[in-house]
Amino acid sequence: MIAFDHVVKRYPNGREALAGVSFSIAAGEMVFLTGRSGAGKSTVLKLIALIERPTRGAVRVEGKNLGALRSRHIPAYRRSIGVVFQDHRLLVDRPVFDNVALPLVVAGFPLKETDKRVRAALDQVGLLGKERTLPLELSAGEQQRVGIARAVVSKPRLLICDEPTGNLDRDLALEVMRLLKRFQSVGVTVVVATHDLRLAQQPGERTILLDDGRIQGRGEEEPLPSIVASR
Amino acid sequence: MGLATYGTRHAQALVGSLGRLARSPFATFLTVLVIGLALALPLALQMLVGNASRATGGLASAVDVSVYFKPAAPLEKVRELAADARARAGVAEVTVISADDALKEFQKYSGFGAALQALEQNPLPNVLHVRPAADAMTPADLDRLVRYFAAWPQVDTVQVDAAWVQRLNAILAVLERVLLIAAVLLGVGVLAVVGNTVRLEIHQRRAEIEVVKLVGGSNAFVRRPFLYTGVLYGLAGALIAWGVVGAALAVLEGSVETLARLYGSGFTLAGPPAEEVVGLLGGGAALGWVGAWLSATRHLRRIEPRG
Ligand SMILES: Nc1ncnc2c1ncn2[C@@H]1O[C@H](COP(=O)(O)OP(=O)(O)OP(=O)(O)O)[C@@H](O)[C@H]1O
Ligand SMILES: [Mg+2]
Repeated sequence: MIAFDHVVKRYPNGREALAGVSFSIAAGEMVFLTGRSGAGKSTVLKLIALIERPTRGAVRVEGKNLGALRSRHIPAYRRSIGVVFQDHRLLVDRPVFDNVALPLVVAGFPLKETDKRVRAALDQVGLLGKERTLPLELSAGEQQRVGIARAVVSKPRLLICDEPTGNLDRDLALEVMRLLKRFQSVGVTVVVATHDLRLAQQPGERTILLDDGRIQGRGEEEPLPSIVASR
Repeated sequence: MGLATYGTRHAQALVGSLGRLARSPFATFLTVLVIGLALALPLALQMLVGNASRATGGLASAVDVSVYFKPAAPLEKVRELAADARARAGVAEVTVISADDALKEFQKYSGFGAALQALEQNPLPNVLHVRPAADAMTPADLDRLVRYFAAWPQVDTVQVDAAWVQRLNAILAVLERVLLIAAVLLGVGVLAVVGNTVRLEIHQRRAEIEVVKLVGGSNAFVRRPFLYTGVLYGLAGALIAWGVVGAALAVLEGSVETLARLYGSGFTLAGPPAEEVVGLLGGGAALGWVGAWLSATRHLRRIEPRG
């Protein structure tokens, strides 16, 4: 599903966030990306979401070399994946329904189908009935679940989450993790970046540990030889 | 994407633009007012030129070409030539004034009756008074007419009493140039006003645009509501321009009618004809669209989602 091949990412200010990273993630896997602050976790996700392009090396998603993707094909690519952020990036002046519907509106879905799918997504995150509520009238955990509903509403095969539990207390964080796990169980590939090692080290999940732009060893539960650490 | 979906998307963009404009009515009004005044000036000039042409068109029947024949030319020949001239395109009326008639007339009105009777020979020539057709009044037309008459061997001189019409036409031509220049400059002004307004709105909605791009909104999708905003600004500005010029005409109407009456004319001011109103609205909308497109294309490209 995802393959990083000796990926180097240097930001315009000269900072090298990734110093030759290689790993692969199979379809249907749930993988945690952990490491200290500044290790490069968000950079990996930005490369997957095509918010940034690699300086060197290749990032492949479903066989597509993202580095070579034309700018005008980026919107269509982004519509095929779901993205969740710590600060959820909701439109605060629009009700929950509009926020969740946004990816469908952007993709030109008919109104009826949009309505159906938004309700289904809100049902999945336990927020059915909050369609007309404004994001600021919701709790932090609920806001994050709206963000997740928006990420999954167009039924992407890949869901990437950057610190999805960063603003949440432990119970809410675990609840969100269970929610993400449910999406994995129906075949969605889920990649979660988090600095919270306790969250990451869930039994049965694979962990990729980043440090200063390099992969450190392998995750404890890592049984597959698919992670190639590079120096 | 089906046609219905395409329509839905545009409807959504239009409704969204209308809603945003309505939410800040004062700022919207100011922008529309500036656009309206910028469009009103060329429209007013256009009205001025149009009305002036109409006014002079009515008075142009006063243009008179006098053809003086040589004393040797017999009246029959003059009548014959008058018939030829009547058949010519661009000639509305030809009146023959024979030398005898002219003399009688002169005797009657000049007060030299007795003295003139003493003359052995009529000193006056046969004359044609020619009135050109209303649509053949340009300097070139008149010039051609003069050369036509001057070419007859029996003709002595041809005199055109049209210098003032030609001057007026020249003034109208200058006004038309001024109109064109004003329209171009103010059109550029409208582009700048719409472009700047759209730029500010893009700036205000930066966070929202980032999110839309993050979930896969294309540049065209993000741009669409701004194009509608531009078109709405242009249309509303055109309506204001129409209103302003209409009001100005209403204020002027009475005094212009009085003036025309004093000159013995039934002239009244005309408002913009339907095709000019359509042109104004279409032009306003087009300027708004172009201004918004230029601004949005330039500024939206730079907004990309943050990580
Ligand atoms: N847009 C950017 N421009 C310049 N440098 C950047 C940019 N984004 C990240 N960096 C730098 O790249 C390095 C890796 O950043 P990244 O955001 O990937 O870390 P992270 O692992 O997500 O950290 P955190 O846990 O704090 O979110 C950091 O040193 C950061 O300062
Ligand atoms: Mg980060």
